[in-house]
Amino acid sequence: MTALEVSPTGCDDRSLPILRERGQREVFCGLTGIVWLHRKMQDAFFLVVGSRTCAHLIQSAAGVMIFAEPRFATAILDERDLAGLADCNDELDRVVSQLLERRPEIRTLFLVGSCPSEVIKLDLSRAAQRMSRQFAPRVRVLNYSGSGIETTFTQGEDACLASLVPELPANDSGAPGLLVVGTLPDIVEDQFARLFDAMGMKNVQFFPPRQSVTLPAIGSGTRVLLAQPFLGETLRALVKRGGTHVPAPFPLGALGTTAWLMQAARACGIDAATVADVTALPERRAHTALERYRTQLRGQRVFLFPDSQLEIPLARFLFHELGVELVEVGTPYLDRQTVSSDLDLLPAGTRISEGQDVDAQLDRCRAERPDLVVCGLGLANPLEAEGMMTKWSIELVFSPIHGYEQAGDLAELFARPLDRRTRLAV
Amino acid sequence: MKLSVWTYEGPPHVGAMRVASSMRGVHYVLHAPQGDTYADLLFTMIERRNTRPPVTYTTFQARDLGSDTADLFKRAAADAYERFRPDVMLVGSSCTAELIQDDPGGLALALNLPVPVVALELPAYQRKENWGASETMYHTVRALSVAPATPTRAPRPAGQRARCNLLGATALGFRCRDDITEIQRLLTALGVDVAVCAPQGANAADLARLHEADFNVLLYPEIGRTTAEWLKRTYAQPCTRTVPIGVGATRDFVQEVATLAGIDLDARGGLDTFVTSNLPWYSRSVDSTYLTGKRVFVFGDATHAIAAARIARDELGFTVVGLGSYSREQARDVREAAALYGVEALISDDYLEVEAHVSALAPELVLGTQMERHIAKRLGIPCAVISGPFHVQDAPARYSPQMGPEGTNVIFDAWVHPLMMGLEEHLLTMFREDFEFADGTRSHLHERPALADTKAFSVTGVVFDEASGEPVTADVVAVDDMLEEAAPVVSTTAKWGPDAERELGKIPFFVRGKARRNTERFAVERGLAVITVDTMYEAKAHFGR
Repeated sequence: MTALEVSPTGCDDRSLPILRERGQREVFCGLTGIVWLHRKMQDAFFLVVGSRTCAHLIQSAAGVMIFAEPRFATAILDERDLAGLADCNDELDRVVSQLLERRPEIRTLFLVGSCPSEVIKLDLSRAAQRMSRQFAPRVRVLNYSGSGIETTFTQGEDACLASLVPELPANDSGAPGLLVVGTLPDIVEDQFARLFDAMGMKNVQFFPPRQSVTLPAIGSGTRVLLAQPFLGETLRALVKRGGTHVPAPFPLGALGTTAWLMQAARACGIDAATVADVTALPERRAHTALERYRTQLRGQRVFLFPDSQLEIPLARFLFHELGVELVEVGTPYLDRQTVSSDLDLLPAGTRISEGQDVDAQLDRCRAERPDLVVCGLGLANPLEAEGMMTKWSIELVFSPIHGYEQAGDLAELFARPLDRRTRLAV
Repeated sequence: MKLSVWTYEGPPHVGAMRVASSMRGVHYVLHAPQGDTYADLLFTMIERRNTRPPVTYTTFQARDLGSDTADLFKRAAADAYERFRPDVMLVGSSCTAELIQDDPGGLALALNLPVPVVALELPAYQRKENWGASETMYHTVRALSVAPATPTRAPRPAGQRARCNLLGATALGFRCRDDITEIQRLLTALGVDVAVCAPQGANAADLARLHEADFNVLLYPEIGRTTAEWLKRTYAQPCTRTVPIGVGATRDFVQEVATLAGIDLDARGGLDTFVTSNLPWYSRSVDSTYLTGKRVFVFGDATHAIAAARIARDELGFTVVGLGSYSREQARDVREAAALYGVEALISDDYLEVEAHVSALAPELVLGTQMERHIAKRLGIPCAVISGPFHVQDAPARYSPQMGPEGTNVIFDAWVHPLMMGLEEHLLTMFREDFEFADGTRSHLHERPALADTKAFSVTGVVFDEASGEPVTADVVAVDDMLEEAAPVVSTTAKWGPDAERELGKIPFFVRGKARRNTERFAVERGLAVITVDTMYEAKAHFGR
């Protein structure tokens, strides 16, 4: 396998044809991010201010009840709140007091805006400021919007992290440091930390942190490396605070991970030979793990429906490391600033669609008869019933897929439906 | 504003989706923001539906709010009609669209579609899923029916078999698929034909001819009662009252049907010919004596909870220590039923309140929904699911109705299985001092795996190990629950003396928790600082069993 040729500026003039669609979208809203964010920051609580639909959505996306009493809840608006009989702010204060009394271990409370709260223009940022004063220093209260009218699925994490950026302590020393941004499972984060350490990179921090009270510092020396592609707003906020963006392909697969590490090292003044020394062994291991699935997946035609914005990096991985043929790569939103390194590595002529018109996209998918369809859970069983093979895209968000040690697991997620089809004789 | 961690019912438009998804030739155009499409996966995942729900969402975004969301709705409705060509179209708003007041009904009428359009007004900030389903069914039937000036009904011609409709079964209804089959079998055996089953399986023409049947069989009152009552008022079409869940209720139901259909049961071999069940004998067999007086807590939708309480007391010999429902609309029925068991009904959709209730009652068996399954797991109490909301594991492949004769067999097995079998309980008592008989040894009951470092996450009920990405069993979730939140401990000022602690250790593990709780309560109530062996046995004598 030859290394990925990454343009150092992360920006290539070559443009791919983009199909922009505005029709029915079959995607989650940003509230869904709470499902993984609350597990990452275990001293934080997420209070959605919304409707019964919001509560039902999170419950359905999370699976019914992982925890008896989770670190998220919904303050459900009722007709009294809407009719103005009850002052929403008084009601919210009451609900938050009740909540914080019940959960004294909570250190950060996120008030999460929803479609209804946005439409009635409930000012959660003022509420958050008021409550922060009231509950300081024990609890910090922040707000962001996870509403479907403003955010799509993973953009909820972007909005959440962006709301934390002003809280980051300033590092005015100008000392160099690396900030890795985006929720990763702890085990993956630890793997990356070991690699950075082996390269001699000190002062590597991860954001979001495992404890919401131990926020990383930011300043002019901070190099910002995204671990997830859907964090454009957070990136721009970090740059405003002095950070420098390190454009890179995302660390999916063996080659992707090396390219990502290489870009980070280059930005921090580590020479390529050191990176090669450190990465040689785990990269070879990842190639070995991938090899088994490459034989199964090579030449398979794959169609990706829009879901998490991970689609462009995933498509790059599927093409370069597994030899997959890309039929269509759908993404809910194409942020060139974050995904350009991966976008540049897609083969010329790849059909990319941004946004969605689900019925039209299903028509295209049926016409193409791909070997594997990567799509959401609302579409997967119906497509299977039509004889297509599917991989649920949400698993790509919830499973550890980043880094060398997960490269094989990531490939296996795509190979499993094919494997299953060959096993079944019913 | 109400703080909610888990909800028993979704918003009312999900109820409308259940009705639309149940029927053929129906399409629902829902004015809703992006994200509300999550509801599709309830159908495709929990029920493993092989088609998308027949729903078009407008998925408006913030930028549309400034321009013209009404126009967006009109385009979506017109496109949906062209693409799907339904026989009847339902239109409505989700919670957010309700706030922007675009009037989907009026907009859809303005399109002059060549099919009936049913405008659904489902107030999302007041009402919930089952009510939404009920209203949707009612308004759709009304829109498709021609009401006569006066409600009259000609007697059925002699020699013609009686015909009835089955009302209330929908997609995502608890065991609806099999209940329909079972009740159809029962009715066929009785000599009654089923004209229409609605909403499940019906099309627009079927709804229009509901009134032609001789009577209605109301299977799920939460969803079908409003329609059944309207049919009664409008067409003088009678309706059954008993929901045939359990032996007694099935017998009552058969008698009701016989009366409505003019069938002489005695001439046909008697009631027992039609209601054959293993439950009565299984319940009388000596092994079942261990079920006697087991304290059960029952919670669910009103219909299933009321039926379960009757079975629990009259057919299994349990003691009903609590009965409740999240169905506020049927609260009166639940309260009446609770009075029969000498308990106060718990009418609540607050999961934490239900949990506190279960915790305080410390029942030996919980009969509830998916929510109570988790409550029970956390508290270490056996549980069987009797009502929705349910999980993918409660949509079984095998035939497993709740209603009719076979339903009674399914219920016996499902409720008794989580409990220790009588013979085993006896053997455990005999062998408990054997050194090889370690605590926690259980025969047919599943062991909780020792996965202290497993972190599980879940997508629509399928639970995955966070590290491996492998799906894991429901029991692991319980382990995770325990890691996350320690089980509540009864607050006590009494300390266990070492002798008492040792004595407690000799009590079989499956009743030890109860003995501990009772003793502590006894000690606290009497202001005892230290629990001795005597305190323990005093408490045992005081509480009995």
